[in-house]
Amino acid sequence: METSTGVGADLPIRSDTDLMWVRQHVRQAAAQLGFGLVAQTKLVTAASELARNTLVHGGGGRMESAPLGQGRARGLRLSFHDEGPGIPDPERALTDGYTSGGGLGMGLGGARRLVHEFSIDSAPGRGTTVTVVSWAAAPPRPREES
Amino acid sequence: MNDGPYPHSAGQVPVLRLGDVLLVTVQGDLYDSTAQRLQDDIGAGVAAGGVTGVVIDISGVEVVDSFLARVLAEIAAGSALLAARTVVSGMRPAVAITLVELGLTLPGLETALDTEAALALLSRGTGGTFREPR
Ligand SMILES: Nc1ncnc2c1ncn2[C@@H]1O[C@H](COP(=O)(O)OP(=O)(O)OP(=O)(O)O)[C@@H](O)[C@H]1O
Ligand SMILES: [Mg+2]
Repeated sequence: METSTGVGADLPIRSDTDLMWVRQHVRQAAAQLGFGLVAQTKLVTAASELARNTLVHGGGGRMESAPLGQGRARGLRLSFHDEGPGIPDPERALTDGYTSGGGLGMGLGGARRLVHEFSIDSAPGRGTTVTVVSWAAAPPRPREES
Repeated sequence: MNDGPYPHSAGQVPVLRLGDVLLVTVQGDLYDSTAQRLQDDIGAGVAAGGVTGVVIDISGVEVVDSFLARVLAEIAAGSALLAARTVVSGMRPAVAITLVELGLTLPGLETALDTEAALALLSRGTGGTFREPR
């Protein structure tokens, strides 16, 4: 995978080996962007939850990652996409403990707590895209003084 | 295609027996299937009899997500049914902080700072459980 050492990438999520590549990519990208150890660990963990959902619930898909820059702040945007059954009620799916399978139901809600920005685009039959953003330090303010 | 194996992965985690304790050292990132196999191996080890404690050293683990957390909790629950205690040792601070935010408090899992402390805890009786770091 040529892109696995850069920050921008488009990785398949089709097997549990792919989950490991996703985790490794996010770890390296976050480190490269200057994320501290705890921030890296949070983002990698969130990515692992979302990638596993893509694999298990979405029937497989991909993750795109892209670096973000806003002033001096550096961030990483990760997008998890599948063309599976979709999530009929995303608010409910985000509730801690809600699972349609045998999981703990902590993945989606937990991932949302581990990142700075979180959005779900999903509808029954259309598949699911979950996009998250985290910043290396505090998230940038709309207006910054210098 | 990816060339070569994933750099920090283990295909199988060895389960060592030290007297009446099973000692497991998990290193690096795990395949989901490897984690499940480890659960089976520990279950078989405890079921074989004479085991009073299981120590799982995760100091070499950089990420514990809800999948791995559930496997650890299930190992502890399964061992408890056979009267063996499970202690997870060496959890990295960044992992502990992340687990709390994820909302996973690993009920039933005892923790220790390192393997030595875990073994001491098992030989003593009672110990601490996973707590929110301050
Ligand atoms: N990509 C997806 N496609 C379809 N449904 C999804 C997707 N992601 C999540 N869901 C739905 O949302 C529910 C909640 O997801 P969440 O990750 O919180 O829990 P889980 O995957 O069931 O369990 P856990 O992640 O704790 O092992 C899932 O059970 C599933 O019904
Ligand atoms: Mg999940």
